[in-house]
Amino acid sequence: MCKECGCGLGGGDVKVGGHSHDPSHSHSHGHEHGHSHAPAPFKVDLNRSLMEKNDRLAERNRGFFKAKKLLVLNVVSSPGSGKTTFIRETAANLAGKLRVGVIVGDLATDNDAAHLREAGIPVVQITTGTVCHLDADMVSKAAAQLDLDKVDVLVIENVGNLVCPADYDLGEDLRVVLLSTTEGEDKPLKYPPMFHSAQVAVITKCDIATAVGFDREQALGNLRRVSHHAEIFELSSKTGQGMKAWLDFLAKRRGEV
Amino acid sequence: MHEVSIMAEAVRMAVESAQAAGAGRITGLRLRVGTLSGAVPDAMRFAWDVVSRDTIAAGARLEIEPVTAAGWCATCRAEFECADFFNECPRCHNVSGELRRGRELDIASVEMN
Repeated sequence: MCKECGCGLGGGDVKVGGHSHDPSHSHSHGHEHGHSHAPAPFKVDLNRSLMEKNDRLAERNRGFFKAKKLLVLNVVSSPGSGKTTFIRETAANLAGKLRVGVIVGDLATDNDAAHLREAGIPVVQITTGTVCHLDADMVSKAAAQLDLDKVDVLVIENVGNLVCPADYDLGEDLRVVLLSTTEGEDKPLKYPPMFHSAQVAVITKCDIATAVGFDREQALGNLRRVSHHAEIFELSSKTGQGMKAWLDFLAKRRGEV
Repeated sequence: MHEVSIMAEAVRMAVESAQAAGAGRITGLRLRVGTLSGAVPDAMRFAWDVVSRDTIAAGARLEIEPVTAAGWCATCRAEFECADFFNECPRCHNVSGELRRGRELDIASVEMN
């Protein structure tokens, strides 16, 4: 019977060259063939997502994090936008209210982890080697090395890259994309998949905005155009300006987990 | 270059399906890739040669079917083609929050023998 579509047509009796290949009937010719007998190619329809394995692991992470009552952030940006400082200051400002744990991804070195560890933050470093993004499996293995019962907010610092991490769900509650004032106002237009996928956009290094000639209105316009659904914050991790709105937002979201 | 990871997953899924079907060799692979998927077809082809080497899929023909992105405009109650992520309806210029197609990264079928 046809196994392709369940139509019930066809049967076991495969015919080659117009006669049945039932060996019980007589043959007027021998069984030599002038061609090779490689099996005929056939097609199998899969119609499955190539991201299926990662997406399933990400959902498993999400369920596990939810059970642990964690608010999980996936922080993404280009290299040098200030992810590590932003995370360190967020953790320092939340001290006494919410406990922050961090998973850091980089191609090499544990410099970022060392900076955070010096600040007394529990941190696990993932070095990806040549891989340009974190995936759900890496996060699940790294999370197992943190004492999550002592963490309220788990921050995943992704590899500095505005392209590849966009396709990888890690099981986070919020994807937070950073745009620093030193990078130029058109970053959201240049890397729309990442900015589009984020629920939160943070403009960092606002203390030096004037010095670097940052056009705030244009940047906000570009952000709203690509990330029309995103919550936008403007702050400086260094001076603390604008941090309060961000911290209040986090505390509120943690309460909803 | 996350295309390498994506294509490594394509090889894994194709080999798994060939083994399940009792086939010894993969001769072709058909993918469906949305224009807003974030993966670049040329980079996927390049990665394919590398990741399929030394597997039963080595030398298999790779077909990539592009899927044009489409948004849904709730005001016009109609779909429109999206060339980018700005999702602006060309008729009423409202911004749509619903992308109906264009993020596909699918393995459609595998040919084997």
